[in-house]
Amino acid sequence: MEQGLIYIAAALMIGLGALGTAIGFGSLGGKLLEGSARQPEMAPMLQGKMFLIAGLLDAVPMIGVGMAMYLMFAA
Amino acid sequence: MSGVSSAEYIKHHLVNMTYGKLPAGYARVDSHGESQTLEQATWTLAHNPEEASAMGFNALHLDTLGWSVVTGLIFCTLFYRMAKKASSDVPHGMLNFVEMVVDFVDTTVKDIFHYRNSLIAPMALTIFVWVFLMNLMDLVPVDWLPGLAGKIAGNEHLYFKVVPTTDVNITLGMAFTVFGLMIFFSIKEKGVMGFVKELTLHPFNAPKWYVNILLVPINLILETVSLIAKPISLGLRLFGNLYAGEMIFILIAIMFGAGWALGLFAGVLQWAWAVFHVLVITLQAFVFMVLTVVYMAMAHDVEEEH
Repeated sequence: MEQGLIYIAAALMIGLGALGTAIGFGSLGGKLLEGSARQPEMAPMLQGKMFLIAGLLDAVPMIGVGMAMYLMFAA
Repeated sequence: MSGVSSAEYIKHHLVNMTYGKLPAGYARVDSHGESQTLEQATWTLAHNPEEASAMGFNALHLDTLGWSVVTGLIFCTLFYRMAKKASSDVPHGMLNFVEMVVDFVDTTVKDIFHYRNSLIAPMALTIFVWVFLMNLMDLVPVDWLPGLAGKIAGNEHLYFKVVPTTDVNITLGMAFTVFGLMIFFSIKEKGVMGFVKELTLHPFNAPKWYVNILLVPINLILETVSLIAKPISLGLRLFGNLYAGEMIFILIAIMFGAGWALGLFAGVLQWAWAVFHVLVITLQAFVFMVLTVVYMAMAHDVEEEH
């Protein structure tokens, strides 16, 4: 029983983290395309900034995935 | 190796090569099942996860330490030799690449950090290239290097994790060093009173001192939480990304053992994930560097009393 709960917890951690971040990345990408459509010469700079923010955003689901994997295998 | 179940394969592949002190009287069970109790505490290599956790605090992850030192040395020797070769005429080959990296880091640091401190840019370069090299080890398929070392050392059970940044000690260690530097620089620039004032009077402050007294506890809670969150998120972001990335590689590696049809599919999957992972590796090294420089810049900005 206890092992099953761990899997449910891990699934929730990974799933919810991924859900939020996917929405965030979606709107981030959308705004990038909007911005570079409005001012094409700014596109490289905008893309650089988008990757920076994407890297920052990546922390949330990845910490969740890291903790979930630790929970499932190593704990 | 192929007979073992996938869960065991994963469990086996998650354990660092730990060298530590087993407490006296610890019943050591070797692979054939007979156990032998230790009279006194002995420094030894852990054979299984249980022994590694029994070692408690005084245990060293040899593979993480070793590989991080190796990648650090690669970075130092490569950049040192290139620096010696640098001259004013047209750079080519590796020197060209090194100059490109140094320029990239220099411009990034310049537009973030607007104060005079000669430590920041070299530190940013070191962090960027060293973390990138450590992450790059993740692209090497999981079983190659340990297998090679196993053949050389002749002991098939030799296993070590090749990617240092999948060990939380390395990433949190770097993050706490950055945290220590942050505290040091903010005290050096703003003085102890300035630093304490920044913690207690931001974000809410009022002209009247007695109102401030009421606001201080709230400020203190808010500021300490955000202060502590900085190194933790910095360290865990890198750890989470690399740990999850390596976990996917391990899961793919299991499929290689199950028949050639699945193996072929696993090959394609490994290639695809590696390509995506190249972006993740550079991005995480870049984000770690940028955040370090941003934290240093925040430590340096002395707000004028407006």
